[in-house]
Amino acid sequence: MNAPIVKVEGLHKRFGDNEVLRGIDLEINEGEVVCLIGPSGSGKSTLLRCVNLLEEPTEGTIEAAGHDMTGPDADLDLARRDIGMVFQQFNLFSHMTILDNLVIPQRRVCKTPKAEAVETARRLLAEVGIEGKEKAKPAQLSGGQQQRVAIARALAVKPRLMLFDEPTSALDPEIVGEVLAVMKGLAAEGMTMLVVTHEMGFAREVADRVLFLDGGVIVEQGPPSEVLANPQTERARSFLHRVLHPAD
Amino acid sequence: MDAATTDAAPARSRMTARQRRRLARGVQYAVIVAVVAVLAAVADWGRIAESFFQFDIAADMFPEVWTSFWNTIVYTLLAFAFGMVVGVPIALMRVSEFAPYRWFATVYVEVFRGLPALLVLFLVGFGVPQAFPGIQYPGGVYGQVAIGLGLTSSAYIAESVRAGIQAVPKGQVEAARSLGMSRTRTMVTVVLPQALRIVVPPLTNELVMLTKDSSLVFVLGVTTATMELSKFARNELTDTANATPLLVGGLLYLLLTIPLGLLARRLENREDHR
Ligand SMILES: Nc1ncnc2c1ncn2[C@@H]1O[C@H](COP(=O)(O)OP(=O)(O)OP(=O)(O)O)[C@@H](O)[C@H]1O
Ligand SMILES: [Mg+2]
Repeated sequence: MNAPIVKVEGLHKRFGDNEVLRGIDLEINEGEVVCLIGPSGSGKSTLLRCVNLLEEPTEGTIEAAGHDMTGPDADLDLARRDIGMVFQQFNLFSHMTILDNLVIPQRRVCKTPKAEAVETARRLLAEVGIEGKEKAKPAQLSGGQQQRVAIARALAVKPRLMLFDEPTSALDPEIVGEVLAVMKGLAAEGMTMLVVTHEMGFAREVADRVLFLDGGVIVEQGPPSEVLANPQTERARSFLHRVLHPAD
Repeated sequence: MDAATTDAAPARSRMTARQRRRLARGVQYAVIVAVVAVLAAVADWGRIAESFFQFDIAADMFPEVWTSFWNTIVYTLLAFAFGMVVGVPIALMRVSEFAPYRWFATVYVEVFRGLPALLVLFLVGFGVPQAFPGIQYPGGVYGQVAIGLGLTSSAYIAESVRAGIQAVPKGQVEAARSLGMSRTRTMVTVVLPQALRIVVPPLTNELVMLTKDSSLVFVLGVTTATMELSKFARNELTDTANATPLLVGGLLYLLLTIPLGLLARRLENREDHR
């Protein structure tokens, strides 16, 4: 069997006195889709951001996409090309056109020739269903369109692993589906994905494994059919009850 | 006392809010008209015309005044250029991760923003040459002005640019970093283009301030060739014992500053509609 594409060992993260992650061990295999669920403040975003070192771990080691992220001579800029990230707030470059949002990173980061960068950008935009918007600025697009562009932008530098931090939480309910559809397509193509989400339907359908994080530790994990349908811990049970029956 | 307040209250509430507003505005107009009328009656119009509106004195200032007008523009632009060249790096140091850079930039900004421009100009013009004999400013008085006014300006420019940098959403920086852009690359590709757009209006205002501050250059001791507008107007004032040159000089300043002000407002609005 291949070496895991993500390997987190003994990860702790403190912000001042606040210990947000309290010993995380996690391995993700190539092609696996892992959904990370848990209550607000449990450390989901922090864990995700530690994987590409947007947050520096206080303790522990991280390997991702073949890079020793926490090693003494880690080249993070090089490593991050192989680790795409999609944010809740899209974070498109607002002064650039949609096309440039995909072209400029390729040109500046991978030194891709212009013609090739443009061709890749057009192909990816078509794949996420954005057409005829190349010259528009991000602010002229709907949230769902912006998020699909953000996914295409992350793919433009050819990552081996994609991190998603609540990609649909800022979207109106009726356009959540269009973003999830793109993510499902990506999963079907075999992309390795670590997804923080509150979309239990997506987790059930797409995830190979679900992690339930609470208080900075992984409380429970397993295939969605087990963790979501038949949680073993009281904490997971009450969390899922709240998420699935928000009206009560 | 009690009775008076209870009497007054219903009297006031008998007027609607709109009537009260109309009354208040009417009173203000009446006061303005009265003030203008009094000033017009009291002023000695013959005397004012004699002091400020001597056409032949005004005509006599031309074409020489254009040299000083041109110098005002040159001094302003030189100081602004120096201010940008120094101010932008200072702004970058203020947001640096490296603490000593931040400390240095903070001290720099506080010092040059806190000192009067006139004092800095004196320091550059006389203090430094005295402390370092033999020092030569490139371009003579032009170099002195660029540095002397530019130092003060750079502190203001640094503060504007810092605010612009910090106004760029942090999420875009994280997105750039997560795509594999280095810190410098991110600054150049993502942050500065947006920050500079944000700071165009405050920088335009800084140009207006510099246009006026260029009037301080006279303290360096200037010749006819290097004289700026205020000094020229003041010389004419002394020569002719008449205030008309001040009016002409003032109008020429406004010829520079009003379009800049309008431009700044235009640019501000453009940002709103973006
Ligand atoms: N940069 C930071 N500085 C200080 N504290 C932070 C920082 N980032 C996160 N925290 C704290 O860490 C804790 C976990 O935050 P995190 O964003 O990882 O939670 P989360 O599980 O993603 O929650 P949510 O579902 O609300 O997004 C919170 O208490 C938060 O206040
Ligand atoms: Mg979060």
